[in-house]
Amino acid sequence: MITQKLIYERPFIKKMNAGLMNKFGTRTEFQALKYIDGVSVKSLLAEYGSPVFVLSEKQIRRNYQNAVRSFKTRYPKVQFAWSYKTNYINAVCNVFHQEGSWAEVVSGFEYRKALGNGVPGNKIIFNGPDKHPEDILLAIKNDSLLHIDHFDELYSLIELCDTQDKKPRVAIRVNMDTGVYPIWDRFGFNYENGQAWNAITKIIGSGKLKLVGLHCHIGTYMLATSAYAIAASKLCELATNCKNQLHTPIQYLDLGGGFPSTNTLRGAYLPGVDTVPSVDDFAEAITSTILAHGFKQDELPLLILESGRVLIDDAGYLLGTVLANKRLSDGRRATIMDFGVNILFTAFWYEHKISPAQDFTHHSEDMVLYGPLCMNIDVVRESVNLPLLNRGDNVVVHKVGAYNMTQWMQFISMRPNVVMIDEKGNPHLIRKAETLGYLEMQEETPTHLKSINL
Amino acid sequence: MKLKKNIATSENGFIFNPATGDSFSSNPIAAEILQMMKDGKSSSQIKAELLDKYHVEELQLERDWDDWMSQLKDANLLEQ
Ligand SMILES: Cc1ncc(COP(=O)(O)O)c(C=O)c1O
Repeated sequence: MITQKLIYERPFIKKMNAGLMNKFGTRTEFQALKYIDGVSVKSLLAEYGSPVFVLSEKQIRRNYQNAVRSFKTRYPKVQFAWSYKTNYINAVCNVFHQEGSWAEVVSGFEYRKALGNGVPGNKIIFNGPDKHPEDILLAIKNDSLLHIDHFDELYSLIELCDTQDKKPRVAIRVNMDTGVYPIWDRFGFNYENGQAWNAITKIIGSGKLKLVGLHCHIGTYMLATSAYAIAASKLCELATNCKNQLHTPIQYLDLGGGFPSTNTLRGAYLPGVDTVPSVDDFAEAITSTILAHGFKQDELPLLILESGRVLIDDAGYLLGTVLANKRLSDGRRATIMDFGVNILFTAFWYEHKISPAQDFTHHSEDMVLYGPLCMNIDVVRESVNLPLLNRGDNVVVHKVGAYNMTQWMQFISMRPNVVMIDEKGNPHLIRKAETLGYLEMQEETPTHLKSINL
Repeated sequence: MKLKKNIATSENGFIFNPATGDSFSSNPIAAEILQMMKDGKSSSQIKAELLDKYHVEELQLERDWDDWMSQLKDANLLEQ
């Protein structure tokens, strides 16, 4: 007679420390995530390998449309520009461009990527402190919006114009005290000490540049809507002075990015979902400030936003596999995953929510989650309470859509496949996993080092 | 490796160490093993029974057993 054996679970005890329970718990992490947009996590892993990044096209579009609605229902002239550095895989950029977003770039290669994606030159905003002369010339030719970052750039731009018959359209980036510290004063011209006004008068005085906009990007993962109200008010003040004193009406105010996604910052007491203001809150702070400033109806500036993380973080998932379990010398349990901080850069900022991808029993354990790299800083979560995970089990890391697929490093292990699930639930490979061939394509070995004899 | 004599265990997996005041919860299989240990069964006896009863590879059980022992040690539940 064959008897059915019982399902096994490894034996486990957990100390109960009364009174020290985390009141807010991590209950949500106790739900298996088996499907993303109707596609099974296991089938994605089987088809595309582990680890793998998965993006939801539906969620990206939803985020974009909601953000646009938040602003357009409050203000008549609104334009978003996708921040390429946040995620510049072409398929991702084109979802935003299809929705109507312009491009915001900070380097020559990002600029050319936007052109390659078909963005008209006059809908590309070129930011950043490092624009090369050949990039600037190209941007002038294409009538792109050049956002000047510092005086050296301003002077060399004026010089470059001597060789051009076109008047470049420019804005300046302004930094300022918004009540949030530290001030990001390394970018742009300072408002309070008069630098910004000085730059404006030089631009207009030169007669070679057309000042069309004012820009600021006051920080990232900003939690205070009041900071945006202050920023908007200072830009409005500059704009009014441009018109009244220099007879140069400003066409647009670009408030940059910086709205937080709902990830939880490392060390935060409360989860991000419960604490971050919504795009609606930011939109209210910004638009009510501009509307109250006293522009004439036909002189209301276009409001540009360069939001990155808030539009894509929660549309991205990282699927991975447990490599091993071990116990540390102090008794803590450690689980080693097949992905590390080399591809999950944001693990340095966030306590990413992690879900098992299969059913589990109701027992859970506090553990450290490590990546597979041979270095001490490779920690995915310092302390996370998860069900008992076994070697080969799969997990899903949430809200990884922003910055990981651009700041990732090829270190020890290569960058994995990136898949996008379209609105009909069909997965598409949008960036292939790297291979040894890809890696070595860029290498040149001198003849005398081509052979070895061991 | 023997469980300390005065450790109290309950059927539903509650463990109490009166010497330190520490209490623990455990999953059903851990509770079962603790009971067998209290009954004085040897580790090889216990493992054989588990292999018989549960759907688990011997190698896996062997590994988990080592981990189980270190959990008990960390929890101060074993005789020195
Ligand atoms: C100039 C500029 N605009 C927009 C962004 C996008 O920021 P976020 O992802 O915080 O919205 C950044 C990011 O650093 C930036 O530097």
